[in-house]
Parts: sequence; structure tokens; C-alpha cells
Amino acid sequence: MLIIITILVLLMIVSAIAALIFKDLISAVIASCMVSLIAAVLFYFLQAPDVAMAEAAIGAALVTGIFVIAVKRTKRFEE
Amino acid sequence: MRKLIGILSLLIIAGGIALSLKEIPFGIPKTKIGDHFIKKGVEETGAVNIVTSVVVVYRGFDTLGEVTVLFTAAIGLGAVIGIYRKKRVNRKVESSSLIVYTGCRFLFPILLLVGTYIFIHGHLTPGGGFQGGAVIASAFLLMYLGCKGKRINENLSKVVEVLGGLTFIGLGIAGLIMGKDFLFNFLPKGEPAALLSAGIIPIIYIAIGLKVGSELTGIIDNLIEKSQ
Repeated sequence: MLIIITILVLLMIVSAIAALIFKDLISAVIASCMVSLIAAVLFYFLQAPDVAMAEAAIGAALVTGIFVIAVKRTKRFEE
Repeated sequence: MRKLIGILSLLIIAGGIALSLKEIPFGIPKTKIGDHFIKKGVEETGAVNIVTSVVVVYRGFDTLGEVTVLFTAAIGLGAVIGIYRKKRVNRKVESSSLIVYTGCRFLFPILLLVGTYIFIHGHLTPGGGFQGGAVIASAFLLMYLGCKGKRINENLSKVVEVLGGLTFIGLGIAGLIMGKDFLFNFLPKGEPAALLSAGIIPIIYIAIGLKVGSELTGIIDNLIEKSQ
């Protein structure tokens, strides 16, 4: 169990850094979506299914959608 | 140089957080109130899911504030976007591919069903009004992205939103009249773990679910359709 959680946390850190580094903003949005998704799984492992549901529905689905709309209305690539 | 300073300050903040968290033992209850909720919660409220009994009954007034914050945010977004709204140009929207269209049409009713299930069973299983409402809003987001040109009925969604809020406040005031305090659980509690149990909790959670769902859908509608 501890190994799985360690791998997930490391993956979370990697995708958070990737979200900062990516020049393509759509890729950055997907990477930050991955952070939320892993956070939801971790909440489930910590026996907080209510919070996990909220995190998965809001953090991974709605916020990603809103960011994608915002990127579509502005510019896709960062200079 | 700037990056170096940033990394250094980040390390200092991380060290500070780690040092202060080292003193606090993990998972040991410091107050007695949590113990009370776990031991007496089911008996006092009739809801098997203790999180729900805390959110709706013990801390119901805070939930009302939370709903109000979301309502204010949605109204503010609508006002800001409404000011800068241009005339709606009938742009030629590129229709999505057949696979995306069919997938969205297939997933949309299932997601609606899951969201409704989550907030109707809020007092029995994990989840509740906010989570169910967010799932419903994500179903509408999928429909907006996949099936271009389809929109929700704005007036209907506003009516649902207002009715949800009024049900919540009305039940609170009814508790004030029937019992002692705001949001008093005046309906019979019934058998624990049955669908029709826990008094006013399922009614409040259905109201919150519909309200949150229509509010978040309204935000998505504002962002996609009106801000072109």
C-alpha cells in the first residue's frame, strides 16, 4: 500500500512540474488535470470518499473543461 | 538568478511546513466533538453517512453559507460576461466527429443518472448534493463540447436553481417554527439505512444537488455561449 501511495505522490509531483514547464497550454491543462485525478485517488486511499468524489468531479472534470475553453478563446502556445 | 531565489524561498517554506507538521501527531483526535459525531451521529440524525449528518444537520448553517457563496459567484460571472456580451454572430461551428458525437449522446444520460443517484443517496453512501451537482454539470459540459449547437433552456435552469435555494431556506425556517432552531430535523427519522430515513436530510440534499447542478451548468453556458 505504501509503495502505491509513494508512486502516486511521485507521479503527482512530476505532472505538477510538467504543467509548469509545458509551452503548449492544452498539455499543461491536461497535466494539471492529472494532479487532481491522482489527488482524488489518494483521498480515496485515505478513506475520504466524499472528498475524493468532489475532487474528481470538480478538479478533474469541470476545471479542466473551463481551462480548455479559456485556452481556446485566447492563445494556445506560450511564448 | 530569479529562478534560484524562487527555488530557495520554496525550500525555506517547505522546511517550515515540515518542521511545524512534525509536532502534530497524525490522526489523533484533539477535540471531543469528532468522537461525539461518530458515536451518536446515526442515533441523533438517522443518517448512516456521518459526513452528511455533519454537513447538513450539525453544520447546516455553514452549508447554507457555502451555497450562497456559489450562488454569488455564478451571479457575478453572469454579470461580468453579460456586460461585455457582443452581438451573437452566427459563426459556422465545426461539428464534432461522429465518434465524439455518438459517445457524448451515449454518456450524457448515464452521467445524469449517476449524479442524481449520488445526491438522492447522500445520506446512505458517500457523496451528496455538491458532488452530485458537479457530476450533473460535467454531463452538461460534455454535451456542450460534443454536440455543438445544443443549449440548455436558460429560464428553466434558473427556475430550478431558485426552487432549490428556496426549499433549503424554507425547510430551515420550518424547523424554526416546528422545533427549536434553524434547520431543526422535524420529520420522522425512520429506520437507519433505509432510503426514506433521516428526516429532512434527503430533501435538503436533493435541493442542493439541483441548485449546484443548475448553477455550474449556468457558469459553463455563460463561458461557452456568451463569451465569443
